[in-house]
Amino acid sequence: MDTYINKIRELSLKLLKKKEVVKVIGFTKGTLPMATSPIAISLEQDVEKLIFNSTCGLNLANYIRNHKGKIAVIAKGCDSRNIITHIVENQIPREQLHIIGVPCKGMIDKTKVASLFDDDIIEFSEDNDTLLLKSSSKEERLNKQDYLRENCKLCMHKNPVIYDDLVGDLVDEQTLDTPYPDVEQIENMDADTKWQHFDKLTKNCIRCYACRNACPICYCPTCFVDESGPQWVGKGQDKTDVNTFHFLRAFHCAGRCTDCGACVEACPMDINVRDFTRKLNKDSFELFEWEAGLDLTKRPPLDAYSPNDPNDFIK
Amino acid sequence: MGNLLEHMGIERDRVHFSWISSAEATKFVDVVKEISEKVRALGPNKKLVKDYN
Repeated sequence: MDTYINKIRELSLKLLKKKEVVKVIGFTKGTLPMATSPIAISLEQDVEKLIFNSTCGLNLANYIRNHKGKIAVIAKGCDSRNIITHIVENQIPREQLHIIGVPCKGMIDKTKVASLFDDDIIEFSEDNDTLLLKSSSKEERLNKQDYLRENCKLCMHKNPVIYDDLVGDLVDEQTLDTPYPDVEQIENMDADTKWQHFDKLTKNCIRCYACRNACPICYCPTCFVDESGPQWVGKGQDKTDVNTFHFLRAFHCAGRCTDCGACVEACPMDINVRDFTRKLNKDSFELFEWEAGLDLTKRPPLDAYSPNDPNDFIK
Repeated sequence: MGNLLEHMGIERDRVHFSWISSAEATKFVDVVKEISEKVRALGPNKKLVKDYN
């Protein structure tokens, strides 16, 4: 990871020095151990603030809109796919971006790691595949592969799809025979069990909209939940409203979601929001042979018409 | 959308998609009849219903 960080800083410094970009969007140390937050830097001396490790689970494509001048952005595989989606959806021209690609080795599930401790983690560091964690009562050495996020375990696009620079050698991509085991598990339930599953899933939702705000494709100027005329969905904690919010937000992401996991990363209640979006990813793949953010020349399937579109649902 | 509703546990037969021209009165009747029968067979829907009381 240190080689990544050094390379990120070196490339950023070069870009800022030559005035090729006005700012660099990357990750910086957060206020807690195991936390990183997005940062935009424009001063040369600030490049030291940039870091990269296995806790950079947010998606930086979310922060590339509405800038003046050319910007550089650090992009893992999923970030790069969302950058493509942004370009395709006319949110930013390709020429305004300098993409610093990071071949990703997966991000860690912070909740899973934290669950090993009864008290707060006060120190986090990593050395290749080993995670070192310290709380006031104990120390743990963990194998990173055992603590990868669910979406990273199933990731088939670890390398950036589009980039101007790379900070390291490309990593090996995995191919999976069953890329959607979690979706299949739910599909095999009967209707009532499915309903109970989702009811239980969203039980603790506090409607903070962190999932929406962290999501790079949730960029509508006014989200449907914030509309008041008409008010599409109630704003309180009513179960039906909560489920409607999650259902509709997921559907707005159909064919655009890259399963980057930013929604789950941001959720303060540890709700696996991906249970909704993954179904649509699977459908997009099976019905339209489509994976979001791989091609600059194609529009998302629900955004384009083709005579070959499946239409057997219309009677 | 139907697929996602079904995934969440809303029975498939409750959601219907049709394209009916304003000149196709008989098709409209047929479709509505078919939908009514399917939904009647399922009974009242208790999912995704807001309780205002």
